[in-house]
Amino acid sequence: MAKKGRWMLCVLALVVFSVLLTGCKQDKPTLYVYNWGDYIDEDILEEFEKEFNMRVVYDTFSTNEDLYVKLKSGGSTYDVIFPSDYMLTRMLNENMLEKIDLGKIPNHRHIDASLMGTVYDPKNEYSLPYMWGTIGILYNTTLVNQPIDSWDALWDSRYAKEILMLDSQRDSLAVALIRLGYSINTLDKQELAEAGQLLKEQKPLVLAYVVDEGKDKMVSGEAALALTWSGEAMYAISENEDLAYAIPKEGTNVWFDVMAVPKGAQNLEGALQFMDFLNRPEIALRNAEYIGYATPNLAAREMLPDEIRNDPQAYPGQAVLENAEFFVHLGDTLKDYDRIWTEVKAH
Amino acid sequence: MKRSTLFPYLIWMVLFIVVPMFLVLYYAFTVPTESGATWSLENFARFFEPIYLKVLWRSLRLALFSTVICLIIGYPAAMVMAGNAFERKSVVLLLFVVPMWMNFLLRTYAWLTILERNGVINVLLANLNLPSLNILYTEGAVVLGMVYNFLPFMVLPIYSVLSKIDRGVVEAAGDLGANSLQVFAKVIFPLSLPGVVSGVTMVFMPALTTFVISRLLGGGQFTLIGNLIEQQFLVVGDWGFGSSISVVMIVLILLSMAIMSFFEGEEKDVALW
Amino acid sequence: MVRFLKRSYIYLVFAFLYMPIAVLMVYSFNDSRSRGMWGGFTLRWYVELFQDRTIMSSLYSTLFIGVTSAVIATIIGTLAAIGIHNSRGIQKKLIMNVTYLPVLNPEIVTAISLMILFVFTKVRLGYLTLLLSHITFNIPYVILSVLPKLRQLNKHLYEAALDLGCTPAGALWKVIIPEIMPGIITGLLLAFTLSIDDFVISFFTTGSGVSTLSITIYSMARRGINPKINALSTIMFTFVLLLLIIVNIRQAREQRKGRNGKNGQKRQMDALRTGFGGV
Repeated sequence: MAKKGRWMLCVLALVVFSVLLTGCKQDKPTLYVYNWGDYIDEDILEEFEKEFNMRVVYDTFSTNEDLYVKLKSGGSTYDVIFPSDYMLTRMLNENMLEKIDLGKIPNHRHIDASLMGTVYDPKNEYSLPYMWGTIGILYNTTLVNQPIDSWDALWDSRYAKEILMLDSQRDSLAVALIRLGYSINTLDKQELAEAGQLLKEQKPLVLAYVVDEGKDKMVSGEAALALTWSGEAMYAISENEDLAYAIPKEGTNVWFDVMAVPKGAQNLEGALQFMDFLNRPEIALRNAEYIGYATPNLAAREMLPDEIRNDPQAYPGQAVLENAEFFVHLGDTLKDYDRIWTEVKAH
Repeated sequence: MKRSTLFPYLIWMVLFIVVPMFLVLYYAFTVPTESGATWSLENFARFFEPIYLKVLWRSLRLALFSTVICLIIGYPAAMVMAGNAFERKSVVLLLFVVPMWMNFLLRTYAWLTILERNGVINVLLANLNLPSLNILYTEGAVVLGMVYNFLPFMVLPIYSVLSKIDRGVVEAAGDLGANSLQVFAKVIFPLSLPGVVSGVTMVFMPALTTFVISRLLGGGQFTLIGNLIEQQFLVVGDWGFGSSISVVMIVLILLSMAIMSFFEGEEKDVALW
Repeated sequence: MVRFLKRSYIYLVFAFLYMPIAVLMVYSFNDSRSRGMWGGFTLRWYVELFQDRTIMSSLYSTLFIGVTSAVIATIIGTLAAIGIHNSRGIQKKLIMNVTYLPVLNPEIVTAISLMILFVFTKVRLGYLTLLLSHITFNIPYVILSVLPKLRQLNKHLYEAALDLGCTPAGALWKVIIPEIMPGIITGLLLAFTLSIDDFVISFFTTGSGVSTLSITIYSMARRGINPKINALSTIMFTFVLLLLIIVNIRQAREQRKGRNGKNGQKRQMDALRTGFGGV
């Protein structure tokens, strides 16, 4: 019995110790950052800590939805978060964000003006773009011998069981909607039903609905065509030179991952300093090189190697941007999207 | 023996199982309105549409299938381990769980590498001049993933029961003229039944609600009840509907287990009702 | 011959269990970031691994939470199983059905309901909430592992111990616990395994600054899981394997040395061995 008592005591001590550990405070101000995994050059964090005499606590999440539920619950506080555009609008609608003072982020002048003030945050009162890109078709040139310039390729029966779609209701339905000539944010049930029908017709041709593993499948030549985000496409192309990326002529979706400050942030000052730091041209450059996605920071882009800087797939021109649409949060209509997507997948 | 040993668990159970379960019930039976929420059965009505029932049926079928395969592979393995084929049983036992200490996502990605068109298996088959196999993105791949991840949960409890079956009983049966098959069917298997019941529970229930396996190995084409619920909670943000699916499933499972044990008659220790 | 067949069967099952592990270990030496491409042999992921503070700190949290939650869950769960075994009727049925809930509930439902509970009761999300949640989903597996062993127990064993002068607690500790030890050990192993493998519940019940390995790995998925993780897994696996071999050699040596077992250390070792499953 004495033995058991000792055991219990040990465990109790461990618990108390761990609680103390989480409770301990340091003199330095702390900045809580919440970002996607592996989505920053972590040396930059250390430099920021040194220069601003701050402690950075860096946590990671894996989807926008995870981030949302976590913040909505109110159980954890962060100072800087990195949601995508449609999630930003959702958080805005639900009053979850703090206004940011652009006057305290002088380096925001380096950001490409055409990527500022977009529909999800017209005056950039709440956010600054961090990375951006398009959605398009990643294809293997050894398996596809015609030029790809249209979404029709994803419905081409010659590529039966060679096509990868995204297991994401918004993105997959967006492609069908664009192909039909509708808005990717449509609220019209009839239009949605048509898009759903189109995806059902496509289903026999689809090898799989993938999420994150799609890029690796394309690299190993498992499929000929894939619906992909440009950032992932650039990564795949850098691993396998046979791959190419095309933005279809019918139009695309331009997406952003942005920096924002959630309500309840304890270190607003530090958050703004951090956002400014990330927009310093040389820091933004290093980050863009580490991540491999397109940076909205023009000064940093100028310093990138020519073949990347001028790559029309990574940095599409004005024409593509004008023909593109941004995602907005749909509120309750999302249930209709979900219903149709479930039907497509259970078809 | 005293029942007082139950108290720490009872407190724990009420705090961390019962109270959260009431939260789930609350979400399942309410719909949000502008001023808060009202009681409603709407969420349940939605679930009984053919499309969702189809998903439920597929989940039950695949989970049952995986459980049976786990039992067929796991029972003999547990028997061999409990016998005298190995001197170091503790090591063999540990070797069953060590693979599960490597991260789940990495393991599943590794299965992709093995099963793909140009994957490990097909490269081996090609070298032997055999036709290639298309396993990935079928229901078979989903079942394989479940069996792989839940097998230790079948083997361990059966092993722990088999490892201390009274030798005397087994020998007595032999002395009375039973052959080894009869000894197994009439003596060993019935004695190991509690372990089997535990194993089946620990495989079937989690297999029913898994969602990453079906997404990655099924290519997102076989929506299971777990995917449906996860989708409601995270993507759609419809916690009410998600909770109600979960509640329906739990009630269904507990009821069917109750009915089964009712027909079996006798009161069993590990049975549900 | 039969022994050979039996062993081969186990080896076959092991081949199935370890095939993916072998694949992920091979990729820790891959000079390409992608799983889809073999870029040549490299050791750079191993070098980079030790410079990565996020991965190292989440490894620490994972092991800490895994061990602590498994031990606490095993203690509570074993005591609970003994209590359940000795109760009857409606009370027993009720407790058993509630025990099944965490196993039956989809992870996301458990995760979110626990998160709401913690936020509502104003418990700061962090190590403590993570630990509480892990213990909660571990306990049912411990109970399900221990209960079958109790069923096997000779009903008169406990009474005999009392007749011979044991206190009730003494009888429990000296007679019952050793008899059900294989069940307890399996429960402990399963609990530890579940704990270090869990992502969904951990993600929603942890707070800022506390991340487990699973959270770190899942959040890398969008950008592609860094092969540093494969390197870490390879090291962990090799470490466990080496540990097993060393313990084994030492046991074998001690067994050969003295069979009369005077010192307590040896007796403890034996207990552990039977615990792990000697007949």
